[in-house]
Formats: sequence, C-alpha cells, structure tokens
Amino acid sequence: MTVEKKAKELAAQQRAISVAEFFEKNRHLLGFDNPIRALLTTVKEAVDNSLDACEEADILPEIFVQVKEIGTNRFKITVEDNGPGIVKKQIGPVFGKLLYGSKFQTFGGKQGRGQQGIGISAAVLYSQLTTGKPAIVTSKISPKKPANVFELKINTKINEPEVVSTKEIEWDKNHGTRIELELEAKYMEKRASVLEYMKETAVVNPHASFVYIDPKDQKLKFPRVTDKLPKKSKKIRPHPYGVELGILQRMLKETKARTLKSFLTSEFDKVGSGTADEILKNAGKLDGKILPRLLTLEQADALLKGMQGSKIMSPSTDCLSPIGAEVLKKSLEAEYDLEFAHAITRSPTVYRGNPFQIEIAIGYGGELVREGTVNLIRFANKVPLLYQQGACAITKATTSVDWRKYGLQQSSGNMPQGPAIILVHMGSVWAPFTSESKEAIAHYPEIIKEVKLALQEAGRALQLFVGRRAKRELAKKKEEMFKNYAIELAASLAELTPKKREEILNKILKVAEKMYKSGEIEREEEKVKIKKRKTGAFRGGEEE
Amino acid sequence: MAKKKDSGVVKRFESEARNVISTIEAGKNPKMKLPLRGLTNVYFDEKAQMIKLGNKLQTRTFFNVAQAKKFMQTFLLASEIKKLIGEDVTTSIRDIYYRTKHTIADTKENTFDEQSESDPIVEDIEVAFDALREELHLFASSRGSMVGNITIVDSGDTIDCRKLGSGGWAIPSICEPDVIQFKQSEAKFVLFVEKDAVWRRFNEDKFWKNHNCIILHGQGVPPRGVRRLLRRFMDELKLPIYVLVDNDPWGLYIYSVIKQGSINLAYESVRMAVPSAKFIGLSSFDQEKYKLPKEVTIKLSDQDTKRIKEILNYPWFQKPKWQKELKHMLQKGVKLELEALSAKKIKFISETYVPDKIKKKEWLE
Repeated sequence: MTVEKKAKELAAQQRAISVAEFFEKNRHLLGFDNPIRALLTTVKEAVDNSLDACEEADILPEIFVQVKEIGTNRFKITVEDNGPGIVKKQIGPVFGKLLYGSKFQTFGGKQGRGQQGIGISAAVLYSQLTTGKPAIVTSKISPKKPANVFELKINTKINEPEVVSTKEIEWDKNHGTRIELELEAKYMEKRASVLEYMKETAVVNPHASFVYIDPKDQKLKFPRVTDKLPKKSKKIRPHPYGVELGILQRMLKETKARTLKSFLTSEFDKVGSGTADEILKNAGKLDGKILPRLLTLEQADALLKGMQGSKIMSPSTDCLSPIGAEVLKKSLEAEYDLEFAHAITRSPTVYRGNPFQIEIAIGYGGELVREGTVNLIRFANKVPLLYQQGACAITKATTSVDWRKYGLQQSSGNMPQGPAIILVHMGSVWAPFTSESKEAIAHYPEIIKEVKLALQEAGRALQLFVGRRAKRELAKKKEEMFKNYAIELAASLAELTPKKREEILNKILKVAEKMYKSGEIEREEEKVKIKKRKTGAFRGGEEE
Repeated sequence: MAKKKDSGVVKRFESEARNVISTIEAGKNPKMKLPLRGLTNVYFDEKAQMIKLGNKLQTRTFFNVAQAKKFMQTFLLASEIKKLIGEDVTTSIRDIYYRTKHTIADTKENTFDEQSESDPIVEDIEVAFDALREELHLFASSRGSMVGNITIVDSGDTIDCRKLGSGGWAIPSICEPDVIQFKQSEAKFVLFVEKDAVWRRFNEDKFWKNHNCIILHGQGVPPRGVRRLLRRFMDELKLPIYVLVDNDPWGLYIYSVIKQGSINLAYESVRMAVPSAKFIGLSSFDQEKYKLPKEVTIKLSDQDTKRIKEILNYPWFQKPKWQKELKHMLQKGVKLELEALSAKKIKFISETYVPDKIKKKEWLE
C-alpha cells in the first residue's frame, strides 16, 4: 500500500468527535468517575447553577435539595431554586447541550461559580448514561405565566438537546427552576458527602438558605445568616498580564478596533493612551496605526512581550465578589459550635493578570475534636472543593505555615493538629484548577503566598485566644489546687489551735480570693525561681 | 519506752499555727521561716572541723505554687506529731508517713506519694522548731550492729556486748543518753566497718576480744544512731575511732559523713560529727603494699573519676597526705573493696591488716 493510499483510507475514518461523545468516554474529567462522586457532583452542579442564577437576578437564594434512594444504587436528585427561571426556548440548550451557557467568557470575565457551562448538562448526560431516563426540568419566569415542564435528553452525536416531552403546569411559585435527575450512585455519610457539601456551601453562602432532605428522609435546614446579597461582581476586560499568545491572536482578529493602539485601549483593562504607547514602544516600536487584523505572528509575539515588559496598573478588582470577613465569621459560627472564630478578607491581588482575593476563617474549640488533623475546608468562588486536598495550593500554603507559633500542634511540613477548622476561600475571575473537575487549585506562587499571609494573620488572632485560654485553665487549676490544700491545712491548724476547721478554711479561701483578684499569686510564683545550684558530689539518697 | 519530758515542741507548733491563723485573718499570705537546708547554706567550720548549717533562712508561704503543698505538709506532720506526743508514743518516720498519707479532698492527689517526700519535711520540722528527732517522738528504722568490750543500758535493760553471739546488738535510731547509757567498758578503741559482712569477719575472729575494742557497722552510710554512738564514744569514753571502708569514692563519703557530718543533716553535726575519726583503709597504696593480685581491683567508672576530682577540692581533704592518696587513686584508675584483702587469706583483714595499721599508726586524718 502506498503512503498516499493509506492517507486517503485514514481520511475516510477521520471525523469530528462531539464534545458530548468525548465526555461520555472521559467522565472522570468532570467528576463522575465513581458512583459516590457522581452523586455529589450532580448535586453540586445543580446547586451552583441555582445560586448563580439567583444572585444574577438579585434574589436571596432559597434552595431545596433532596437525595432519594429509589432502588439499589439508584437515586433521584431534586434541586429547586427561587431564581428568575429560564425562558422556554433556552431550557433545552441550558440542560441538554454541553458547553452552552452565559458564563463562558473567552476574554476577561467576572467571579462566578461555573466557568465553562459544562456542569449541569454533564449531570444530565451521566443520568442518561446510567439510567436511560430523561431529566425533568420545571421552570417558571413570572407569577402570571404557567410553568414549563421539559423531559429532555442529550443527543451525544451532535451535542444537541433532545426534548422527549413538554407540558405546561400550574406551579405555586412566583418563579424558579427545578431539576430532577435519576442516576446510578452511592450515598456516603462521611467525608466528601452531600451533607458536608451542603454544610460547607451554607458557610460560604451566608445570604442563601438551604433545605436538604437526605436518603433517610431527614430534613436539615441551613437558614441564611444575612439578608444582604453579596456585592455583585462586574465583568472586566482582560488584563495585559493575563493573556497568552493564542488568545491575543484571536482578539486581534475579532476586534472592532481600527488601529493597534485603539485595540489596546479598548480591549484591555488598565490600558490608557500612555500605557498603550509604552507597550508599543516595548514591542520593538510597533506602529500603533496598523490594522490589528494584519499583525503577523512575529508582531503579535512582540506585542505580547511588550505588554509583559510594560508597567501596567493592577487589574480592576470589582470583578470580584468577596463574602466579607464579618459575615463569614458569623456564618462559620452558625454552622459550627465554636469557642473562637476569626475571619479575614485580604485585599485583592493578581496572579498572571487575573485578579483574585483570599478570604479565610479559623474556628477553634467547642464541638471540634481535640485530637487529630485540623479540618481544612477549601473553596473556590464559593464552591467547596471536596476532593484532591493534597494537590491543592491551599493545602500547600496551610502546611507551610508554622502553626506551632499559633497554638496548634504540627510536625513540620504537615497539616496542623488540634480542635480547629480552617476555611480558605479563593475568589477569582479565573480560578486555576488543576483539572476540569475543579477540585484543587494549581500551585501559583502568588496564590500560595497570599493564602499563607492570610493564615498567618488569622493565626496570630488564634494564638492570642489559645494563649489566654491556656492561662485561664492554668489559673483555674491553680485555684482548685490551693483550695484543696487549704482544706488540708485548715484541718491541721484546727488540731494545733482551738479554732474551728470551717472557720479557718473560710478565712484562707477569702485570702485566696483577694490574692487572685490583686494578682499577687502570680508575683509569688516568680520568687520561686531559685537558681538551681550544682549540688555536691554526695547528696545522700540514703537515709541518715 | 521511757516517758519523754515535754520539750516544749508542741507549744512551738501551736504558736506557729496561731501566727499562721492571725496572718490569714489579716488577709495576708501565711508564711513560716525556716533555716535553709542544702548546699547553699552549709559551710565547713575549720575550727570545729565539721560541716555546719549556715544562718540563711527560707520563707515558705502557702499561696505559692511551688510551696503550697510543702506548707500544707509541714502542718499536717506537725499536727500528727502533736498527737504522738500527747499519747506519749514513739514511732518510725515510715509509720508517720503512712499515718499522714491520704487523698486530698476530692482530688486524686495524695498528701504524700513517697516516704522520700515526708522525710525531708520531718527534717524541716527538726530545724524549724529546733527539736531533736527524739523530741518529736520519731525515729528512723534502725541499721547497724555492735559488739565489744562494753556493757550498756538500753531503755533500762543492761546489755553485755561481749555476749551477743554472731549478730551483735542492733543499734537503735535514737542513741541519746536518756535511752542508752555506757555502764562499764575496757575498750581501748572503736573500729567502724563499712559493711555488715566484713564486720561479721571481725566478730567471728573475736577481734574485739583479742584487741580489746568495740566494733560496729552501719550497713553503708551510717544512720543517725550509729553516728551519735560514735560521737559519744569519743566524747564520753575518749576512745579513738578508726574507720575501715572500701577504697572508692563512696567509702570516702562514708568516712567524710562520720568525720564532718553531711550536708543534709548539717544541723546535727554538732551532735554527730566525729572530727577525730581516723581513716585506716583501704588506701590506694594497699595493692602494691600488700601485693594484692591485679584481678581484685575494679576499674574506676567515669562517675567515680568525676567524684574523686570533686573530693580533691573538699576543704577537709586538703592535707598533703590526703591529696597524695586521692591522686594516687586517680592515677591508678582502680578501686578496691574490703573483700579484696581475702585474696591473701580469709583472716588477713582481722589478723594482719587492721592490727598492723593501728600499730604502725598508718592512718589518715
């Protein structure tokens, strides 16, 4: 066979694989690699969508989640929100087409939960693959209109929704969306469980209220801690430091700007006329008047280097939507019974041109277990990261802090030990996950540094508390010790004098109280520190 | 036991207790002052040739984390001693430890955990209230035996120390003149032997009969009774006291305690130290002198070497003869037990060694 013939034969077999078909074969990439994770991922994707939809419409989210066991390894998941609802025409594509949605931004963007518009349709696909059943979506956009009910599947060959049936029903709800999915899954109660996810989600979404009904039919409520919606994030243009060559080329092709200079000032964040001139100068004196579309690959590369080599203001940070330290602390305290909580919102900063912001909260004591590793809960854009803790930049930052300074135990380079919970939240336009299943943040030095600084700041507050508590405990122990010795002393003194034992004891205890108040006992202790002199060769252990 | 006259100890206890109560009533931290026992408050009295307690005082307060328990224990023992005196019974320091040991209030802590905790408090009471142990109606378990050409009276019973068989007279803890009296003695000297086993050798060989003396041992570091007895032999019978111990740092310590007193009981030196006690052996020169085989020597441990170096600096070992003796031990790097002399002949120690040394006045002081 000649090479040419073979090439033609191969050409006959070559075809585009649909995204849906690709994910059908690579479900692990989206977090559906085993039945336990599949259940959690499905709930997670649906809840993420609901929260984003509510916030988008300035609605305080009220979210209902139910996981019902309907057979061996078969579950029905229902997630319902009070969001703005989805117009009839969009229901199909939103749930039945992968990579479809309002969130996917090629250039720039804003902080949101989802990023690619894969999540919920992947769940629909997984449900379809494991049970053959369609997803049931109910959505209503106005009190004046009936709700639309869709039964739909995904045509994996062409990545298009396949509507099985539609109908209109009355729904006693002003607006909102409900999705019901049947899938093959396993339910776990321990680590990385739906319950844990619900609890953690409630902590970082203090403005949302959740109701969760578990497979045992237990109803758990997570009421909202604040009625204030989080600051709405604004869409921003990409920052010059954050673009790569490929993206830059596409932007050059798609821009409506007529000149290279106006391309720079209109398409990028923080680039004004002066900055644009500097970039052009640093790009090997590129002409600012040329049509962007006509730039050669070499010129585009020079432009990129020019952008990286110029001094440009940090990106705008109004694309971020922090939870806020005060609310975060309140929220942590609402979910966990703690003796101490402290939260910090750092100022926004940048990694590779992408603005991000770290928020952390530390809780201590109370219901938390005294022994064992500290509970580290990680979040990216208000979504809990339940898997791959070891691979995450947050974990790396946590283990690199010397927690012994801050009142926790730790063998160096490991997770700290003790009755504490550490919450770390990274908010960003573009959170750099290590994989599409979004479970670990990549090890960018800027991110690790920022998390570490936040942890150290909170650590100092923790140390103050732990130190004070240890001191209080010691003082209490001492007080008890003196009291018990006083009981003995009073008895002996009563043998040696005509005074009554109780009378003497009461008097000693009165002195004790007085001395505690004045702090005299503390001073007494200092006197005790007699220097230990080296004793002579023969200090008799022998009775003499 | 003979009735003790009231020495006023109880009155002193009661007065201290009243002081404590009035301090408490004044809303203050109760305290008691007592002589500081320990290395920082002992000195060597060159003139008297003994270790004495200095006049530094320590203050023991109740509201002090490190002292509260000791403060409480002091009065606990004092109240128990008051009972002993009131009932006119004498008991051992081990017994009083058990009588006062109990769980504190509703804790899991004991008033005392070990006898080693209560013994120093008893000693504290002795110095703080200026009381002899016998005045506290307390004694330590007795240790040591004696035989020899002497008749004594012990608690009213006459004892002929020439007729005591192989065991001898068990020396009680308290050997004060009101308990023990010397009735009749022909002895010309006293031989103190470190170990029971070697003492038996001397007794079996009737050394005391042949050499007209008294022999006694204290089974290691001599307890108070033995030391007090030695001192009384010196004071009342004007007898020379010879000390025979192993040639090692421990043996030197025993000699040192007999002669100068100890740091721990420095306050008792005036009643117990025997500054005229003579060290007759073993000497570090004995191996060569008596041609003892090499095998009977034991190598000095690092600890031994360290201790010998410390002893070299003791003020009472500064005489040139002592320095020579100690440096020779260091230089040879070995120690010698009394039993090493048996390599020559079983009775060598009693028939040749000691008589020779005394005759030739080969001793150190």
